[in-house]
Amino acid sequence: MAKIRGSIVVNVERCKGCEVCMVSCPTGTIAMAKEVNGKGYNYAFPANPELCTGCANCAMVCPDGVITVYKTKI
Amino acid sequence: MVEFSGIKEIIKPENLVYKKTNIMTENILSYCPGCGHGTTHRILAEIIDEEGLQSEAIGVSPVGCSVFLYYYLDIDWQEAAHGRAPAVATAIKRLQPEKFVFTYQGDGDLAAIGTAETIHACNRGENILIIFINNGIYGMTGGQMAPTTLPGMKSSTSPYGRDVKTMGYPLKMTEIVASLPGSYYVTRQSVHTPANVKKTKKAIRKAVKYQKLNKGTCLIEIVSNCPSGWKMTPVQSNKWMEENMFPYYPLGDLKTPEE
Repeated sequence: MAKIRGSIVVNVERCKGCEVCMVSCPTGTIAMAKEVNGKGYNYAFPANPELCTGCANCAMVCPDGVITVYKTKI
Repeated sequence: MVEFSGIKEIIKPENLVYKKTNIMTENILSYCPGCGHGTTHRILAEIIDEEGLQSEAIGVSPVGCSVFLYYYLDIDWQEAAHGRAPAVATAIKRLQPEKFVFTYQGDGDLAAIGTAETIHACNRGENILIIFINNGIYGMTGGQMAPTTLPGMKSSTSPYGRDVKTMGYPLKMTEIVASLPGSYYVTRQSVHTPANVKKTKKAIRKAVKYQKLNKGTCLIEIVSNCPSGWKMTPVQSNKWMEENMFPYYPLGDLKTPEE
């Protein structure tokens, strides 16, 4: 069976670390970084990239349009 | 641009499923983290992009948190005096009937200072779309009590909670507008989960379609959060909104045209 794999790209400087994406992610791919960005926010990043299915839930709820989503079948 | 990405092999243009539309500018939004305004802006930008309305959309921005809306969406804008966005939109639509005219207002703008303008614009059945963000508080000025503040809800001007005996009941503007014969499509949505974002997007798309028919005013209320005003984290505020706002402001269509 073909497996669907996804990947996200986070625009770090635009992220405000609201954690809404982390809660909406069904697979637990996203976590908040310990480091901060230029504005002092703990930005979101794909902590478990191999779990991502490319469902785009995170991008859909992101208030700042930070996340770009890619998806493919392997 | 600093980026953090997942598996590199999947990141190719042909695999793209979701990207911020170019209608949204690169300016960083002035909103607090987790604010529903940003999500709503993005949905609006996506609809304008997908429907090809960039050259014919004219927005009227309000006074309130979303006052700088014209920095974030790359379309034509007009700033209105506080609460007077429906009046300005009326003039724009009457002078340029072929354009897609919408206002974007918060509850302080639409339900407090602009109550009369809103009700009369809807009663006249102006062919405009009103997007109404309701977070039950005056977010921009420091979390004061708004007409839409829930009974018992604490704000900086009602520190013991809103007492309905002296301060009255929360104003349900959307219900009032739905009862007017001039309104055509009235609905209440939210943008805190992916499912609700999809529903809201569908509602805005419908409203854009109805506007072309010139049948009356469309109003979309979006129940939103205010993490800073409510003194909560964004995730907590979304939960609080589900538990407290939705029973008083139930989601769903209030007035749909017969098809």
